[in-house]
Amino acid sequence: MFTGMALAIVGGFFSYVFRMQMAFPGMNVPGWGLVTPADYNMLVTNHGAIMIFWVAMPVLIAAFGNYLIPLMIGADDMVFPKINRLSYQIFLLSAVVLFVSFFVDGGGSAGAWTMYPPLMSKDEYSLTGTGSSVFLVAIALEFVAFLLGGINFVTTAMNARAPGMRYQDIPIVVWMIVIATVVFMASVGPLVAGAIMMLFDQQLGTAFFDPNRGGDPILWQHLFWFFGHPEVYVVLLPATGITAEIITVFSRKKLFAYMTVVNTAIATGILSFLVWAHHQFVAGIDPRMANIFTVTTLIISIPVAEMMFVYIATLYGGSITLATPMLWALGFIFTFLIGGVTGIFLGASGADIYLHDTYFVLAHFHYTFFPIAIIGAFAGITFWFPKMFGRHMNETLGKIHFWGTFFGFNELFIPLFITGVLGDHRRIFDYSNFPELTTPMMDGMRQFATISLIVMLGFQLVFLYNFLTSLVWGRKAEKNPWLANTLEWTTDSPPPHGNWPELPTVYRGPYEYSVPDRKDDFWPQNVPS
Amino acid sequence: MPTGRLAVWWIIASEIVIFGGLLASYVMYRLAHDAFAEQAAHTNTWIGAFNTFVLLTSSLSAVLAHQAADAGDGPKAARLLQYTMGGGLIFITVKAFEWTSEIQHGFTIASNTFWSFYYTAAGIHAAHVIAGVVIMGFVANTARRNLELQRVELIGLYWHFVDIVWIFLFPLLYIAK
Ligand code: HEM
Ligand SMILES: [Cu+2]
Repeated sequence: MFTGMALAIVGGFFSYVFRMQMAFPGMNVPGWGLVTPADYNMLVTNHGAIMIFWVAMPVLIAAFGNYLIPLMIGADDMVFPKINRLSYQIFLLSAVVLFVSFFVDGGGSAGAWTMYPPLMSKDEYSLTGTGSSVFLVAIALEFVAFLLGGINFVTTAMNARAPGMRYQDIPIVVWMIVIATVVFMASVGPLVAGAIMMLFDQQLGTAFFDPNRGGDPILWQHLFWFFGHPEVYVVLLPATGITAEIITVFSRKKLFAYMTVVNTAIATGILSFLVWAHHQFVAGIDPRMANIFTVTTLIISIPVAEMMFVYIATLYGGSITLATPMLWALGFIFTFLIGGVTGIFLGASGADIYLHDTYFVLAHFHYTFFPIAIIGAFAGITFWFPKMFGRHMNETLGKIHFWGTFFGFNELFIPLFITGVLGDHRRIFDYSNFPELTTPMMDGMRQFATISLIVMLGFQLVFLYNFLTSLVWGRKAEKNPWLANTLEWTTDSPPPHGNWPELPTVYRGPYEYSVPDRKDDFWPQNVPS
Repeated sequence: MPTGRLAVWWIIASEIVIFGGLLASYVMYRLAHDAFAEQAAHTNTWIGAFNTFVLLTSSLSAVLAHQAADAGDGPKAARLLQYTMGGGLIFITVKAFEWTSEIQHGFTIASNTFWSFYYTAAGIHAAHVIAGVVIMGFVANTARRNLELQRVELIGLYWHFVDIVWIFLFPLLYIAK
């Protein structure tokens, strides 16, 4: 988790540098200097890659998975602790290799996070040499780390549950992490194969993606998005799981339709393999294919919308406490709904052909990824902080941080939806070359967005301060500060080695809140009837 | 299912999708380009068939090793695993000669897409064979002392998987002309 947070700072810094260039082209950016076009490409590429592969996945899946799975299913540890350690070490190595890629000949990879050839495979186009290859190695290592860790997660959840815990007693966040892991394992293969092919194209002169010699650059797009689209659900599912846990605890209500949500998540995972070509609507695919992928894409928004409505139904009529974790959970639902709704526009191939690669797409996926990666992570951290470190975070600072981030984020991306519809194209270094795009209004919106970003990043300092001071001086946390049912709250805060002196026995599902005729409004899973 | 076996099945599942991605790409290219047939004619089907035979035989001794381990006879299991390792080594040696001669004839990984696939797919497979032989060495070593006998089965599962991948590669790269 700390590694993930450190990398988030790097990723955040990159976004600050290139947004400054967007808003004030040609200016000397404090902390970086003059941004050249090559710098710009390098920065956006690595911003995207870092945020997804080195922040969202490690924090949401690896860190929370490692911490929560054993504690929530009542196990003393993961079934293969050694593999666990190995997985983390490989992950760390991948981060080091990524940093090496910034400093080798030609600088960091600049082929965009989607790494499309020929930009990525030919030095002449991307103007980076060795950096792209080192970057691919970093990605490959990162995947190996996740495959190893994933095997551990799934096996642990299947084989190490506490006595009495049936599948329908597993807390939803564990379900979500496991489903996400399986989706990851089933989707990443083609990209691993593709990455090897790309590396060989760069270093050995193979012709996989070179049209002059019988290769096909579009093949990469298929391999990438066959992984890339499921990947968005890989990070989405754990975040929705975290949200669900928080919502039921802070509204003191049973999670509405709990098993249905689990089944929906499985269905979403499967569907996510059937929509990848909506990223190729403009790549010259057969219009009949485009229609099929339009339909599958629209279908997948149904289960996603369903999950959100289930959460809203859970809130309905509950006695809601607006503690910091709950604010994050509600913020998640709000922002993610906007992301989902704009996705439907893009899913229709006709609309997408106009909107493709504009800032509208960029705003869409930030409205989905930001709730997931950032809001989801903050929700989880603020919720489990007392358990992890045995101390409380400061609520006032937590709320300041939440509102600052929430408003900052919306003010950053709403203008970008608009500039996108008006024609701002992605990956353009300097709009001043396009007079029709540099009206005072559009310039103003770009600057407004950038300033919002800086404000939002500034509010992260509040979080850092709160996090670090609470570690040392926070109020001591009791075992179960939120009066929750799941097993992790039945052991000491922080949990001792082996988690419990004696493994708990499970008697019921995880969401028995406000059961009529009971004195307490919660009913921990390990308390006999 | 015992935890170890479950984990190996998950490893195999994630490997299947890696080879799956590569082979699906190959098949798509193969269908789109008739030129592949012409190129594939330059591969040596006899050598490929011989290697298929070697690999299948080595899988047999892996099965026998599993049986011996189930019966609690560690030393016998270790000996049988060594036969399997021998099979793996023959496979790699033959492959090395095969590749050397092909490269001498001017068919290198950079020649064209067919040969790019040929060397990449077979190369990744060969890397799995080598990894399997090394791990099997460790397993045989503990099994000889009657320790951790369940590992004999696990490495056997992996080896069958490597074998099956080759069963797909052989017709795709050598026979489908
Ligand atoms: C509600 C269902 C959703 C639909 C219908 C949808 C639809 C789409 C479509 C059609 C595109 C391609 C636009 C283009 O490039 O022209 C797209 C882009 C994207 N979407 Fe979504 N989306 C949905 C949910 C999500 C979620 C949940 C995430 C993230 C977790 C996400 C992340 C992305 C990303 C990262 C891109 C852009 C990738 C790039 O080109 O760099 N989307 N979406
Ligand atoms: Cu997609």
